Amino acid sequence: MTFKKTLLAGMIGATMTGAALLPAVAGAETTLRMAYDADPVSLDIHEQLSGGILQLSHMTHDPLVRWTDGLDFEPRLATAWEQVDDTTMRMTLREGVNFHSGNAFTAEDVVWTVNRLKMSPDFRAIFTPIASVTALDDHTVEFKTTKPYPLLLNLATYVFPMDSQFYTGTDADGDPKDEIVKNGNSFASRHVSGTGPYTVTERQQGVRVEFARNTDYWDSDSPGNVDNIVLTPISENATRVAALLSGDVDFIAPVPPNDLERVRESDTAELVTMSGTRIILLHMNQERVEAFQDPRVRRAFAYAINQEGIADRLMKGFATPAAQFSPAGYAGHVDSLEPRYDLEKAKALMAEAGYADGFEITMMAPNNRYVNDAKIAQAVAAMLARINVTVDLKTLPKAQYWGEYDDRAADMMMIGWHADTEDSANFHEYLTACPDPGTGAGQYNAGNYCNPELDMLVAEANLEVDLAKRAEMLKRLEQTLFDEAAFVPLHWQDLAWAAAPNVAIEPVLNVMNFPYLGDLVIDAE
Amino acid sequence: MIAFLVKRLFHALLVMFVISVIAFAIQDNLGDPIQQMVGQSVPESEREALREELGLNDPFLVQYLRFAANAAQLDFGYSYVFNQPTTEVIARHLPATLELVAAATFLIVVLSVPIGVYSAIKPRAWLSRCFMGVSIVGISIPVFLTAIVLIQLFAIGVSWAPFPADTAWGAWLNDLITTEGGMPAYGRGNPVHVFGTWYTNFASLDGLLYLVLPAISLASIMLPLFIRLIRAEMLEVLQSEYVKFARAKGLRLRRIYFLHALKNTMLPVITVGGVQIGTLVAYTILTETVFQWPGMGLMFLDAIERSDIPLIVTYLMIVGLIFVITNTLVDLIYGLVNPTVKLTGKPA
Repeated sequence: MTFKKTLLAGMIGATMTGAALLPAVAGAETTLRMAYDADPVSLDIHEQLSGGILQLSHMTHDPLVRWTDGLDFEPRLATAWEQVDDTTMRMTLREGVNFHSGNAFTAEDVVWTVNRLKMSPDFRAIFTPIASVTALDDHTVEFKTTKPYPLLLNLATYVFPMDSQFYTGTDADGDPKDEIVKNGNSFASRHVSGTGPYTVTERQQGVRVEFARNTDYWDSDSPGNVDNIVLTPISENATRVAALLSGDVDFIAPVPPNDLERVRESDTAELVTMSGTRIILLHMNQERVEAFQDPRVRRAFAYAINQEGIADRLMKGFATPAAQFSPAGYAGHVDSLEPRYDLEKAKALMAEAGYADGFEITMMAPNNRYVNDAKIAQAVAAMLARINVTVDLKTLPKAQYWGEYDDRAADMMMIGWHADTEDSANFHEYLTACPDPGTGAGQYNAGNYCNPELDMLVAEANLEVDLAKRAEMLKRLEQTLFDEAAFVPLHWQDLAWAAAPNVAIEPVLNVMNFPYLGDLVIDAE
Repeated sequence: MIAFLVKRLFHALLVMFVISVIAFAIQDNLGDPIQQMVGQSVPESEREALREELGLNDPFLVQYLRFAANAAQLDFGYSYVFNQPTTEVIARHLPATLELVAAATFLIVVLSVPIGVYSAIKPRAWLSRCFMGVSIVGISIPVFLTAIVLIQLFAIGVSWAPFPADTAWGAWLNDLITTEGGMPAYGRGNPVHVFGTWYTNFASLDGLLYLVLPAISLASIMLPLFIRLIRAEMLEVLQSEYVKFARAKGLRLRRIYFLHALKNTMLPVITVGGVQIGTLVAYTILTETVFQWPGMGLMFLDAIERSDIPLIVTYLMIVGLIFVITNTLVDLIYGLVNPTVKLTGKPA
């Protein structure tokens, strides 16, 4: 056979098999085209502790346990756990699970992953309570904590076992494959092998990421029927909504509040909203403004600000008015604490503190970080004018804002906070604990509020393994912060997703905003 | 000629040097890149270590000299976000922008020349007045508005029924103002790989569809300008002696208009056009943002949002270079078209 003939035969063969295969394949494959506001910055799930990376982790990996929508724990790669003593927990791991590379998942991978987490600049702070992890046998691991630690399971939701064999050795450049590099190229930021429902098939950063279903996925009970996912980042809000309404994509998040009505009324999209867990609040800096050291003034501010008005009118119902850190479902959430808008009381308190004529303060807020952040700050400034407080407001893009925040550059500053551990104590540790640069406590406490008793209370709570007792302590924390008006809580920002009607997103969504896309079902049209 | 090119090369280096100094000087106001790289709960000590590692604590001059020394060897540093050399990142985004500009330029050329010439030849025809009126509106509508209207009309679709739908004329009118939608409204779709970092939208019908709306909205800024420019120039040329003479000589009108008059009309248009193509590259920032076209403009905006300083500096330098190159090309072409102009500035 000549070369030409071989080529011809090859081509005919390819065309014929192609023609024979195509209809069958095209008929069976379901593809989810989705658009987020950004794509993951890296494929290394330990490089950054951020929502985007955690969303990716839930696609390519499985955690040991994961949150249900009721904030309970659901077994994933860990099937059972028992507290052996105050500082020891033993976990039984799932058998018969393979990584994308084909390597079998064992206890060694968990040990390796936790040790790597303890080296990651972003994660090691929250993993300090863990003293050691040991593999007792192939499918049992033992966690030892330095002190009794009640949040070990919360931490386990962050442990997405990585393929230790896959990441062992050196890459083409001679660098270790498990290296965590923030700025620069690393093997782990380009290659991924987890146990999760999807593998990454193609990635063009900032343009698109393509995923394919892991055919060897262990969770055969999962109803998920999506074969391929194409993730496109669309940072422009209006364009993201337009892409969904025009049918270019099947699933978008987040849905901007201005377009909620439009999406809700559309026949081509279904909207799902949920009260979120991110608290938006304002700090009152006691170091910069002497008046703020007086609890009566702080309470006056708390009475002067109408959280419900902001949530209703400004946020168009897309926020849950707050009077404390902890959203419902968190251990420290106190049901009786409600927004206390009362202008007369606010004025009376100001008069009582000797500030009936008010005073002048400066305020800063970001203008592209939280939903309607700049408008909220303007509304608050207008509300404070009614108790004769003149506000000099400055709003900044987030890239510049955080530098100013670290410098505590204004008397009142806005911040939003989501507790990485989904736990009430975390809010206090970062936002209202007495600031201490040495330990990192109160890192974002721009109010300089300091109540050593509360710090003690939280430290005790963090050693309390009896969760009911611990919840009581955290409730006491919230109540005290409320009574002393340590800060001005505004609201918990709601979450919103939207999808085409045949994409059943609701069952896979949760308040953490980690869609469990492995379980997503798309109905055939 | 060679002296001219050498001089221009020197210009380019000077422009890039000045841009890099300015970009470096303002970097402190662009925000803290560390903030974008780490999670919110990362302690200050970790941030400080990272800042030290990236050399962000060094004095301005040290940072600049380090950058300049590397840049002299064509190493412009690593992007903080993409973790790749900035030149590679830009090379990956450049083709998308150039294709968009090419498509918009094509639309501008194909539409502006006939419309401009027509409205110069028949200044009083109602169609000419119509074109002029629309072009005034076109100049005054900002590009992002054009883009959003286009998306609403042709990607999402509009169904309006202000007229009674049960009558024949009502249904017909309703149909007239109702649009189907369905045009792709974001991104590039699945462009075809050509070579290196170049993926093209011109190779398939599907790819061209993705280009339509962004190209129209990008063209919408320059198109009215060129229509008016060509019309004004053409009107002037038609008044000149040689056209009058050609008419008197009895040449066919078509020959006068399209051969003799058009040639001289195009002289200033080439100058303006060349410079405007540079501007068009800059204008893509708005168009690319609305359509999420993954080109340099969108990349630049993301870089600003994430304080990706090396990428910002490199982008600005490359845009400066593009301006110098297009200006040089314009001068060269102008020299070819109009032999009375000498490049080196010596008298003819």
